[in-house]
This record gives sequence, C-alpha cells and structure tokens, in this order.
Amino acid sequence: MKKKFGIREVVAIGIGTALFVVLTQAQIPLVIVPNTYLAPRMAVLAFLSAVFGPIVGAVIGVLGHALGDALFYGSVWWSWVFPEAIVGIGIGLFAKKFAVREGGFDGKNVALFNLIQILANAIAWIVLAPVLDIVVYAEPATKVFGQGAFAFLGNIVIIGILGSILLAAYSKIAGKSSGLKKED
Amino acid sequence: MAEPIIEFKNFSFKYRAQEEPTVTDINLKIYPGEKILIAGPSGSGKSTLAHCINGLIPGSFTGDITGTLTVAGLNPAEAGVFGMAKKVGTVLQDTDGQFIGLTVAEDLAFALENEALPQKEIFEKVDRAAELVHVENLLKSSPMELSGGQKQRVSLGGVMVDNVDILLFDEPLANLDPATGKRTIELIDEILHQNNVTVVIIEHRLEDVLWRDVDRIVVVGDGKIVADEAPDQLLCSNVLEEQGIREPLYISAIRHAGCTISPEDRPQHIASMNIEPYKSAVQRWFSAVPPKQKKPRTDTVLTVNDLSFSYDGSRDVLTDVSFSIEKGEMVSIVGKNGAGKSTLASLICGFYTPTRGTILLNGKDISPFSVRERGESIGFVMQSPNQMISKPMLMEEVGLGLTVRGVPEEEVRTRVKKTLKICGLYPYRNWPVGALSFGQKKRVSIASILVMEPEILILDEPTAGQDFRHYTEIMEFLKELNRTLGLTILMITHDMHLMLEYTDRALVLCDGVLMADTAPAAVLTDENVAEKAFLKKTSLYDLAKKCDIDDTEEFTDRFIEYERTLRQKEKGIE
Amino acid sequence: MTRMISYEAKDTFIHRLSGFSKLVFFILWCTASAITYDTRILLAMVIAGGVIFALSKTRWNQVKTVFKAVMFFMILNLLCIYLFAPDQGTKIYGTRTLLTHTGNHYDLTAEQLFYEFNVCIKYFTVIPSIFIFLVTTNPSELAASMNGVGIPYTVAYSVSIALRYIPDVQGDYQRIKNAQQARGIEMSKKASLPDRIKRTASIIFPLLFSTMDRIDVVSNAMELRGFGKKKKRSWYMKRPLKAGDYIVIIISAALVLFTILMNIRNGGRFYNPFN
Ligand SMILES: Nc1ncnc2c1ncn2[C@@H]1O[C@H](COP(=O)(O)OP(=O)(O)OP(=O)(O)O)[C@@H](O)[C@H]1O
Ligand SMILES: Nc1ncnc2c1ncn2[C@@H]1O[C@H](COP(=O)(O)OP(=O)(O)OP(=O)(O)O)[C@@H](O)[C@H]1O
Ligand SMILES: [Mg+2]
Ligand SMILES: [Mg+2]
Repeated sequence: MKKKFGIREVVAIGIGTALFVVLTQAQIPLVIVPNTYLAPRMAVLAFLSAVFGPIVGAVIGVLGHALGDALFYGSVWWSWVFPEAIVGIGIGLFAKKFAVREGGFDGKNVALFNLIQILANAIAWIVLAPVLDIVVYAEPATKVFGQGAFAFLGNIVIIGILGSILLAAYSKIAGKSSGLKKED
Repeated sequence: MAEPIIEFKNFSFKYRAQEEPTVTDINLKIYPGEKILIAGPSGSGKSTLAHCINGLIPGSFTGDITGTLTVAGLNPAEAGVFGMAKKVGTVLQDTDGQFIGLTVAEDLAFALENEALPQKEIFEKVDRAAELVHVENLLKSSPMELSGGQKQRVSLGGVMVDNVDILLFDEPLANLDPATGKRTIELIDEILHQNNVTVVIIEHRLEDVLWRDVDRIVVVGDGKIVADEAPDQLLCSNVLEEQGIREPLYISAIRHAGCTISPEDRPQHIASMNIEPYKSAVQRWFSAVPPKQKKPRTDTVLTVNDLSFSYDGSRDVLTDVSFSIEKGEMVSIVGKNGAGKSTLASLICGFYTPTRGTILLNGKDISPFSVRERGESIGFVMQSPNQMISKPMLMEEVGLGLTVRGVPEEEVRTRVKKTLKICGLYPYRNWPVGALSFGQKKRVSIASILVMEPEILILDEPTAGQDFRHYTEIMEFLKELNRTLGLTILMITHDMHLMLEYTDRALVLCDGVLMADTAPAAVLTDENVAEKAFLKKTSLYDLAKKCDIDDTEEFTDRFIEYERTLRQKEKGIE
Repeated sequence: MTRMISYEAKDTFIHRLSGFSKLVFFILWCTASAITYDTRILLAMVIAGGVIFALSKTRWNQVKTVFKAVMFFMILNLLCIYLFAPDQGTKIYGTRTLLTHTGNHYDLTAEQLFYEFNVCIKYFTVIPSIFIFLVTTNPSELAASMNGVGIPYTVAYSVSIALRYIPDVQGDYQRIKNAQQARGIEMSKKASLPDRIKRTASIIFPLLFSTMDRIDVVSNAMELRGFGKKKKRSWYMKRPLKAGDYIVIIISAALVLFTILMNIRNGGRFYNPFN
C-alpha cells in the first residue's frame, strides 16, 4: 500500500535513535565489567526493528549506539557498535511475519521472535563483537569473549522478557483497535 | 457568488478502528476569502474534519469515505497529502509535533526547503515570515527554549511561508495566555487581509476568536453539522447552549437578565454591540441577584517560603516566591506563558530541588520526602496528557495509582467507573487511549489523579481544550470534593473566568516573581498587574460598564452566583 | 540533561568548518587510532588532539562530567584486561620482563604495562576528537553537508531528527519518571534486580508508546509540509565546502594512509621497544 521506505521510516529512525540514546542512562549494571549491562535500550531496539523492519533496526542500532556512547561516555567502542546492526537486521527481517501493528504478535510469533533474537544476539556478541575487538583493538581473547558472553546473556534476557512484553502489549492495542463502539 | 473553495457533499467518514462513522452527512460550503470558526464539544469530530481537508484522511488515517469533498478544485483522497500541501497550510492541535526544525529559522524554512527553493530565496522568505509573526529575534532558538505561546507563533509562521490558499488552525489558542491569545487572533486576521486566504479555525474559546470578525460559525455536534450561521445570528439562538459550548459571557449575562437577543444589535463583539435595548433589564437583574458569600478561614496546609529555582544554574525561573494555602481553599495560579507556573507545581511535587527556600506541608518541611511520598498527599495533573498516560487501555490507566497502592481490585473498578462517569469518559471505558481525541486524553489524565482523592490537588490547565459542559462537570465535581472532603485545590489556568468562578484567591506570577496574591477580581482590576502578567478582563466587565454599573467586580460575582444556583436547580430537577 | 555534551555556537576556525569535513575527520581519525598500536603515532595523535581541542575553545565544564565517565570506564577496562590476560603483553611483544617476582600468574611484566599504556593512550586519542565533533558541529548544518556530498537527504534528515529529539525524549523520560513516582511507584536507588527491571519497564512502556504516537504525529506534520515530495531538497543551513574543509579532509586521509604504511613498514601494528 505505502512505499517501503517512506517518511514514517525516516522519522522512526530519527526518533527511535533519540529514544535509544536517552535510554543509555537506564542501563542496569550486571557485573562490574565494561559493556555488560542489562540494557533496556536493547529491548527498544528489538521492538522498533520488529515493527519497522531491518533498515530502521540496523540504523538505529549503529547510530544510537555510537551517539549514545559518545554523548554519555565520551568514547565510541566501534567493535561493539556494528554488531548492534546484526540484532536490528536479524529481527527486522521478520517484521512482516510478526505483523505487530496488525495484532499478530502472539503465541507462535513470540517463540519465533525469541528464537531469532537469541540467534542474532549470539552472532553479534559471541562471534562478531569479540572478533572485532581482537582484530581492531588487539584486546585479549579471554577478556573479550568473557564480555561477549555476558553481553549475550544480558541482551537475550532483556529482549526476551521486556521486548516480548512490549511487543505483545503494543500488538494487542494496535490490533484491538477495530470495532470500537461507545457503550452506555 | 464565486465557487466554493471547500465543499463537502453528503460526506461521511469512518475510522478503520471504529464501528460507527465519526462524521456523517456533512454538507458544508466555504467560499474563498471567508473566515470560518468551527466549534463543538470535545470528541465531536472537529479535528477529523480538518484532517479530511488537508488529506491526512485518508492519506494517513485510513477508513471509509462516502460522499464527496472538493478542496481548491482537488479531491484530497486522490491528491494525497502532498497534493493538498500546496493548497492548505495546517497548524496541528498538537504543537509539540508541529515543530520539526532544530531552530526557529529552520522550522520556518522547512516547507521551502522541501520545495528545493534556492537558499537565497529561503532566507528572504524566512525573514519576512519571522517579521510577520514577530519572532525575528528568536531565529536561532531551539524549541526547548520557547514558551508555549512562542511555539505557536512559529507554527503560524511555518505554514505562512508557503503561498497556500487555505489556512487551517486546530485549536491555536489552547495553552496561550489571554493577552497572547488575543494577539494571535489579531495576527491571523492580519494575515487574512494581507494574503487574501481562506481561514478555518477550530477552537473552544469562542469568545476569544470573536475578538475579530468571523464570517460564519459552524457548530459540530456528535459528528454532524448542527448549525452554520453568521455569528450575530448564531449567538441569538440556543445552539451553543444545547451543545454544551460556552457562549460569550456577556451573552449569557444578558440572557440571564431575561432578554432575547436580536441579531440587529450585532452581538458578535461586546464593544460594538448595541446594548440599549437590554440595559435596564441587566441593571434590574444585577440588583436582584444576591451577593456572593465569603468563606471562613481555616488551617494552613501548604506553605512556600522564599522559593527560588533555576534550570540551568544561571537564569532564575522562580525568584523568592512565598505564599501559603489554607485547607479547603481553591486557589488559581495565573500569569503569562513562561512565567514559571508549571515549574512551581513541579517543585511542590518534588520533581526538582529548589535552589533556595522551603515548602511546608501541614507545617512539616517536605524537602526530605521523595516524589512518591509527596504523591500520597499531593496529586498533580500535568499540562500535557502525553506525559502522564502510561497504560494502553483506559481503565488500566485510570486505575493505575490505586492498583499500585494495593487497593482491592473490586474497589478499584468501582472507583474508576465512578470517576470515568464524572469525566464523561464512561462510554469509552474499553477503548485504547490512542483512539481518543486530544481533549478526551486530557480528561483521562485528570481522572487518573481524581480517582486517588489526594489531600491537595494541583491541576495544570485543566480546561485547555475542553468544552464547557465537560469542564463544568469536572469543576463541579472538584467543588463537591472540596466541600465534602475539604480537598485543597490549586489550579494553573489561562481562563480568567474559570479563575473568577471557581477560586477564592489568585497567585499571579510574572517572570518568576509572585506579583500579587489577592482576590481574583482584584487581580484583573489592578491595571498594573493585569498588564504585566498578560491577563485580560472578561467581557462581563465591559458589559457592566456599558450598562452603567460601576461595581464591575460585584457584577461578575453575582453572575457567577446566579449561574451556580441555576446549575443547582437543574441538578435538583434531574 | 545531566551528563550529556551538546553543541555550542562559537566562532573559531573549527566551528567554521563544514560539519561534513568534521565528520570525515572524526571517522578517519578514529580509524587511524584503531588500526595502529604504534606508540609514536598514538602519542603524536594525543598531542595533536590536545592542541585542536584547545583551539576549539571548548569550556572544560561542558565536557567535565563525561570526561570523568570515560576515565572510570577506561580504568575499569584496563583492570579487566589485566585480570583476564596478565600475559597479553608478552604474547604481543614476545619477551617477558618481570617487574614483580612472586612466581604468580599475576606477576606484572613491563610488556603488559606497555601494552596497557598503549590501550590507555588510545582512549586519549579518541576523546578529544569526539568532544570536538560533538561540541563544534551544528547538527542541522551536518545534515545539510551530508546531503551535499551525495548521501540521500532522507538519511541525512533522520540524523537531524535524532539530534533534534534527544532533548525532547530526555525531558519526557524525566517527566514520565516523575509522574509515575507521584502515583506511587517507587524509584529510589536501593532495590533488588527484579524490582529495578520492573520499574524501568514502568518508564519504558509509556515512553515507547508515546514515541510511537510521536512518530505518527511528526511524520504527518512533515508530510503536511511537503517533506519527501521532491527528489531534491535545499537547506537553510547549507554552507559550501571551503578550502579549509578540503585541507582537513586531505590531512585526515593522509593520516590513515600513513598509519597503514607504518604498519606495513613495522611488519605489524605494534611498535616493539623490547627487542
Ligand atoms: N486515530 C483514530 N482512530 C480511531 N478513532 C479516532 C481516531 N481519532 C479520532 N477518533 C474518533 O473520532 C472522535 C472525534 O475525534 P476528533 O479528534 O475529531 O475530536 P475533536 O472534535 O477534535 O475533539 P477535541 O476538541 O477534544 O480535540 C473521537 O472521539 C474518536 O472516537
Ligand atoms: N526542562 C526545562 N529546561 C530548561 N528550561 C525550562 C524547562 N522547562 C521550562 N523551562 C523554562 O522555564 C520558564 C518557565 O517555564 P514554565 O513551564 O514553568 O512556564 P509556565 O508558566 O508554565 O508557562 P505556560 O503558560 O506556557 O505553560 C520558561 O522560560 C521555560 O523556557
Ligand atoms: Mg481536536
Ligand atoms: Mg505551564
């Protein structure tokens, strides 16, 4: 019906990134190791990817992570910026299937969503981020794989719980809005 | 006569989500160069009509259309939003969303940039538009740095840079202080005469719009057009009252005096209205109505001592504000846009920490208390409903505060239902909040605080965007709580009549300084205070003057008293 | 807005540069810093970065809090490296010069110290470039200049929207948090993990849903004012690239080229003082 990449997507990237950046401050530290938090912003990234698709997800991930870290922490850890795109793309690829806005996010789709997010997070944090860390920053392997494992765990938990709940709730309202009638 | 520039023929529209059409059987012709006011209760479909004209319906809000609509020779459904943008400039109801640029200049330039005009031409046009809406020294400001009134001006400028044929304003006055509101109407009028456009204004503040001539008033009631007449005609009929819209105060007063107003006396403006036929009746009525009763004094609940605050650490937004509120008082806080009213309320609720000064609740310093602890005794309804609504469904949202406090579910349900009825939201109880109109959302946020029955209630512009019927119902309920439970109420408002009618005292803020703390009527009669704080006398003062009644304050008091007894009688009959 | 850096208008030659050339500089500078561990190059970059930072007349106050945050995370990271891999230095430089002699796995070596020193100064090469970029780049001009070099204007504009809405969303975040608290949801610091997740969710729900509404409202408003109608778009804030911009771009490119050449010449990314 509408163009695939229209104004709404442009705005979604912009405002979605802003939201992602702002939520940088809402991270809950897990252990005192850099880059390992329970990051609610990941749930938001998963949400926006599932609603708006892979391009929006990828851009919010990269732009949001880089900007958020620069604005709040004054440094950008590039090897952790790009894997963020994998999560966005992975989940976004199935946006049509989830049909969040049409109220289709329930039962089977919740399972599919979690399967994909675990897969995408595994590629991103267990493989890509540590490898980039070693290649780009020559960091010790033990450390970065340790960090990667923590990040993976944190992210699948927060996306699995918060992300799923957010999507299900939104899908319920968006889908329910039909046949509204004033009652006495 | 020329061809109509906007023509609805047997037009109906049903939102995809709705079972019933929201607007039905619309037949409306608007001619080039006309200035039309659309009025109607909250949720009646005014914004929906506006969206039909600018193409957002069906471009962005999908649904079913029957009948035809022609705007400047185009069919919005075919021309799409882009096609219509060349002909129609819209100022949306939600000004937060309207401001797109990073600075005022860029926002003014936005439409021109999209037209890919050469930069030099953009500069020229932006400068001209900025001059027209008087924001020329704000060009580099970001939206954060602007007060509500200034934002509204930028929105006006933003649609005017494009040479459109039709200008559409959705509630341009909500949230503006009285003086700024008046100037906005003058501004719209100037633009109309300079550029020869057609203007459609949607507004609840009828009297304020009528500050300048309008050609016709179209009244929308429950999705249908119930009246379409010249103001002089309409003001003489009962349509406004039937629809629960506040008619101009002087009109109400003359009616209360038992007169029937005739169009020949040109009732559109109090200044130019021929008052002679009604004068003696109004005088007689004035002396017959009993004077207002004064309230006894009680204990102090809230004391604010030398409160100062600054957002950025350099410029004080509030300076040494001191006052105290007695138990069971109803007090209004007034003052121009950006004076610091909302900031004051936020400080009382503990959202920010004051730079200096103390706040005492029942004699106890509350500075160590957290926001939540203060929330147990102080309820705060914020200015924008978007900042408060947190649950997707209406019932959940209103019940949230009770649920969190561990009130049993059964009780939550009954209390929520009762509050929804008071706020006129009961028919929508099973709806998602997103499907409500702007004014309805505001009522949801009021309901969600009312339901908790706090000891002190602070309302930030409770009546902005509300129609008379709903606002009366809410205010009467507050008054009832005030009487029976001794609830103390602080109200931030730009509505001078609301201040006079429902509050015993007014605090006037001007650039962060408490300028006055006296009876509401005294605030308006003190020229110095009223002018500095951008306040405005109501038309009742003008009416009294014109009828040679010198005690204008007393006139207003008796008017209010009379309406109150009238309402009580009506309730008694029901 | 407690800890964030933001643009501040000033009149220095750095401010006058186009946003695009500053972006190119920033990215290439970071790339150079990432691909080399040559201590000499890194030190030179630290000094150059410091000088440019001084030239930008940035007030220390603007970046103070964020600087402290970087320091905190840097020290944490350095400690972690030591904790996880006390022999990383030896692995890289091939020698093992003990500085402490406990016979323990965690004995400190000169190589490890030198390696961690390099990691540390890497931070100091990147920090000034980030600060300069954020503090001296006017966001709207950045979007304009990105579009000027061929990036589609829709993409450039989403960056601009992101920057435009960060303060707004930040404000919403605060207000929603306050409103929730006032209605009885506890947000104080001390709470168990599940509770913290729960109450974070109670902010994120309304924030996300209002964001979804806002996306609709803003895209409607933009469409109403003709955004996306034409293939091209002009910009109020556009400035053409000037000689200074080309110089900056050329210098940044040269820097990356130079580090690559040095890597080849050194036969690796590391400068090894131990043999
Ligand atoms: N996006 C939407 N989806 C479904 N229904 C909607 C939507 N927007 C509005 N409605 C319905 O249309 C009715 C009228 O809404 P509209 O915004 O036109 O009212 P309004 O007259 O402008 O009210 P207000 O004065 O409060 O702004 C609402 O009560 C609601 O039932
Ligand atoms: N979060 C904020 N950060 C910085 N400045 C702010 C912030 N909120 C408000 N201000 C500034 O503080 C001043 C007072 O704002 P406040 O919102 O209290 O005004 P108000 O009296 O409620 O106005 P209005 O009638 O327009 O709602 C204004 O000049 C405004 O620009
Ligand atoms: Mg409306
Ligand atoms: Mg306010």
